[in-house]
Amino acid sequence: MNTLLLVLALFLMINLAALLWRVVRGPHAADRLVGTQAIATLTIAIVLLLAEVSGDRASSDVAILLAVFAVVSTVAFVHRLMPWLNGDDDDR
Amino acid sequence: MMTTGEILATLALLTGAFFFLAGTIGLLRFPDLYTRLHAITKAENIGLGLLSLGLVILSDSWAEALRVILVWVLVVLASATNAHLIAQSAERRRIRPWRL
Repeated sequence: MNTLLLVLALFLMINLAALLWRVVRGPHAADRLVGTQAIATLTIAIVLLLAEVSGDRASSDVAILLAVFAVVSTVAFVHRLMPWLNGDDDDR
Repeated sequence: MMTTGEILATLALLTGAFFFLAGTIGLLRFPDLYTRLHAITKAENIGLGLLSLGLVILSDSWAEALRVILVWVLVVLASATNAHLIAQSAERRRIRPWRL
């Protein structure tokens, strides 16, 4: 069973490396953000798999923290790029 | 010989990995931002959902299982929020949807 989990973790890492291409290419900043978001989710999945393999409880706390910070980064990005959220637009 | 739980867990884990692969291919191959959002949301919700289902079946204590479920719930909330924020802001910035 551990072998399967490790192979899956390796497979997800290969996926993660492929997603870096989208982050580099863009073309828009939002495309890069979507790429980093996918990478964050893959990282969470990898950490969960490795936590199960190692039996280390603390590792799944790392996954929880990653899940929480993924939202924070997106909200920060949208706030920075989308000025109407800061109040200088009429309808939102 | 594998137990029934292990077989179920293996199935769930492999299906989850397949959804992650589909999300990756979609993100790399789809033509515009909105379709890419669609691909990544599937990978996050269903891929991680099935993966954590497999891990829940494999885990030997309730505390561990609940922790994995908590991660999944957080990711589902986050991905829904993110997808809507990004799509809404992209529409406001007049990023055109892809057309044939």
